[in-house]
Amino acid sequence: MSANSKQLLQPGAEAVITKGWLGAHRWLILRRSSQIGILLLFLVGPWFGWWIVKGNLSFSHTLNILPLTDPYIILQSLLAGHVSDKMALTGVLIVTVFYLLVGGRSFCSWVCPVNLLTDAAYWLRVRLGIKGSAHISRQTRYWILGMTLVAAAVTGSIVWEMVNPVSMMHRGLFFGFGLAWAVLLAVWLFDLFVMRHGWCGHLCPVGAFYSLIGKWSLTRIRLPLRTACNDCMDCFAVCPEPQVIRPALKAIGGTPPLILEANCTNCGRCIDVCSKDVFVFGTRFNHSVATVAGVSQVTPK
Amino acid sequence: MDNENTPSTAARRQFFADTARMACGVGLLGLGVGLYARHARALPPAAIRPPGALAEADFSAACIRCGMCVRDCPFNILHLAKPEEPLSTGTPYFVARQLPCEMCEDIPCVKACPTGALDHSLKDINKAKMGLAVLVDHETCLNFLGLRCDICYRVCPVIDKAITLDPQTNTRTGKHTLFIPVVHSDQCTGCGKCEKACPTEVASIKVFPLTMAKGQLSAHYRLGWVEKEKAGGSLVAPDAAHQYNMPEGMKYEHGKGLSPMPVQPPGVSAAPAPAPAPANGLPKALQGNKL
Repeated sequence: MSANSKQLLQPGAEAVITKGWLGAHRWLILRRSSQIGILLLFLVGPWFGWWIVKGNLSFSHTLNILPLTDPYIILQSLLAGHVSDKMALTGVLIVTVFYLLVGGRSFCSWVCPVNLLTDAAYWLRVRLGIKGSAHISRQTRYWILGMTLVAAAVTGSIVWEMVNPVSMMHRGLFFGFGLAWAVLLAVWLFDLFVMRHGWCGHLCPVGAFYSLIGKWSLTRIRLPLRTACNDCMDCFAVCPEPQVIRPALKAIGGTPPLILEANCTNCGRCIDVCSKDVFVFGTRFNHSVATVAGVSQVTPK
Repeated sequence: MDNENTPSTAARRQFFADTARMACGVGLLGLGVGLYARHARALPPAAIRPPGALAEADFSAACIRCGMCVRDCPFNILHLAKPEEPLSTGTPYFVARQLPCEMCEDIPCVKACPTGALDHSLKDINKAKMGLAVLVDHETCLNFLGLRCDICYRVCPVIDKAITLDPQTNTRTGKHTLFIPVVHSDQCTGCGKCEKACPTEVASIKVFPLTMAKGQLSAHYRLGWVEKEKAGGSLVAPDAAHQYNMPEGMKYEHGKGLSPMPVQPPGVSAAPAPAPAPANGLPKALQGNKL
């Protein structure tokens, strides 16, 4: 196999040719900037004493004005029998409204630090050519989500937080890891050797919770140019939740040109790698399609 | 293929098999997490919660492990528990022997708590109940050995209330006094300053979580002297003044002990004055030294 043809096998290679490297990595760069930027916002406090943000992803206070609370942990707390104070509940409201606007699982791809870890595992998995993957249903995360809620109600304490790798990573970065690194290493190795997109795509109840918000969220990937698709499969190759693309791309069951599946993380990587510009960001109410000539029209319902 | 194995039957079987597999797998995971969590239910003896923390069972439902209390503690005494530590992962605590609570008057850690896991109704830090100091080892306490160390007593932010020095006879020397540090649970805030300051190699006075340090009388117990005070007099029988058989020329007073009898002017009886008659109108036969 020549070096050239091997490069062409890489998803997004064609997009790099048509749009340039920057054009074919735009959302990826923005996303990494968001993930790392948010970590830095939290880290400059403990590092330099610049307290822009205090706390962690469970609850944070920005500039002593803006409270942000993880609705999932407050739900567990509620089921365990505690009604939180106004401050935490205000944060829940703000975060819920925010993710209703930008897309529930945007949390996973734009904010969550574990995504950096699991993306790195996936990147290495591809480079090492690891093919096999354990099969567990992607519905497992909802079972685990349910289990964490039942466990909170039964034990009267927020038990999932004792082992939750998501909060462990964030908390560890700002308050000291201890042995949390071992838990995170386990997640990384699991994703690398055991299961493709294992943690974020199949198991994580935090992502499962945010996907419930995502069922009704406003910001969506639109496919105004889905007719231009040349079936190169690059979007499927890069998508962490590839099952969400097909209904919208192939208009299965009259699906509008919108990815309405709750588990789309709005990462925007499909936009990057598509050389035909099939995908754009838009709202869930915009059903319009563009013809190749650029004229908009509304699909019949 | 079996005749009964129509596509719909097969699909149904598959559905039940998948559901059972999922429920069992996740149930097992849940059981593991639940059992692991049970281990962390009781606080280890050295871990003290910040002021205002709810009782441990309620705290584990209320604390979302955000670390705001840790950030707002001006003395950086608080830590969030790491996974390997024997208390609920991510929850705040301090170790008194390392750094005790400095008892800030404005209680910033409580103010920072967004959920109320640290109770916002705590306004006076002297009312905090983080734990309870216990003079855990009499054998190494310097005051018990007869020295005037008194450090725990001196550093106590609620001085002379949470810890008092109770004089006792030093029976070893026969002529000195032991000043025994006594902790009063109604005043002790559990800040841990005494434990931090204790000069022995391993602290002789330690702060423990309240559940560990505090005993409780059974509900039916009554303290006679308390009941007596409440009733304004003895409930069973009127008090009789105690009669002592003293050496000649000596008298005995409670708390002071033996002392020489003041020289009485002639004509006045040396016998102790009769006890004042109780005002409860009991028959005379039941009063005073007749009992």
